[in-house]
Amino acid sequence: MERVKDERSALAWFLTGARGIFSLPAIILMLSFVGFCSLTAQAGIPSEQVVFMTGIVWALPAKVILVSSVLSGASLATAFLAVTLSSVRLMPMVAALVPELRTPKTPTWLLLVLSHFIAITAWVFAMERVQQVPRAHRVTFFAGFGITLVATNMVLVAIVYRLVADFPPIIAGCLFFLTPVYFLASIWNSARHRVVYLALAIGLVAGPLFYWLLPEFDILLAGVGGGTLAWFVERSWRLRREAGA
Amino acid sequence: MTWQDGWWAYVFIAIAGWLATDIWRWLGVLAGERLREDSEALNWVRAVATALVAAVIAKLVLYPSGVLEQSPLWLRLGAVVLGAVAFFLARQKPAVGIATAIATLAAGLWWLGF
Repeated sequence: MERVKDERSALAWFLTGARGIFSLPAIILMLSFVGFCSLTAQAGIPSEQVVFMTGIVWALPAKVILVSSVLSGASLATAFLAVTLSSVRLMPMVAALVPELRTPKTPTWLLLVLSHFIAITAWVFAMERVQQVPRAHRVTFFAGFGITLVATNMVLVAIVYRLVADFPPIIAGCLFFLTPVYFLASIWNSARHRVVYLALAIGLVAGPLFYWLLPEFDILLAGVGGGTLAWFVERSWRLRREAGA
Repeated sequence: MTWQDGWWAYVFIAIAGWLATDIWRWLGVLAGERLREDSEALNWVRAVATALVAAVIAKLVLYPSGVLEQSPLWLRLGAVVLGAVAFFLARQKPAVGIATAIATLAAGLWWLGF
């Protein structure tokens, strides 16, 4: 009986996570996926491939870069490199979330499987809300949210892809614009460290600068160069303040 | 490029999309068990990761694809700036900033006859 009760409460936590589909970040993400549909439809990528991409890649910026690489006629190796370099950020995101989710009993394989569902929206959502979930149920709660979010967006993409081609240009333009604007607002809003604000500001300037100087490696150079500069400046401030205090 | 046809497209997506992203997620899980939350190394990784995304955001705004390719740069920059002003006035509520930026863009596109 004890075990049945335990399973039922695990299901309840899974469903609590799944209900996160109605939260503001989930709804904005779904709108961004409508925008992504319009991008891929205009690019002429078949809808089955867009649905497949949604499930298997999941991170929206990575998919945008993958599609851009394909459009510019990049080879497999070039596309792989571009997506890999731009997805480095997933590593610290996952690394920061894992200690919040796991218990000493959580198997590593389960975390490896669930890590697939981490992209910026799921990460922001989890970092915010997981604190209110009992530790024993956090993994289940995150699984409920992550799996529901991915599955819903796959269905959404399959349906919306056929409609977006007919969208008036103003709507299509606004949907495309939701992605950068949402990332900007949500990164600023979820930042818990001063270095993130600085890195965001420097990256916004460094991106176009390196695109102008060395378009092949712009994102990588802006990331490593701009990020290192932000880290160095913030660290100098911090050390000087500590020395002064 | 045989991107469009059959299984090759799926292999392409699996390697350049799935493998290229999940590698970092897996490394993140393994590192998450070792990396200390308050370490200088994590601080640097965080800065680099954020700057990378910021560069992607800047490129989406400055060099968009689709309909926005034909829209003037001043409109896109103006929408982001007004959105940012509204975001800070509204005590950093993302929804307010996003709605303002999108409304500005929509009004501008309409005014320009899109």
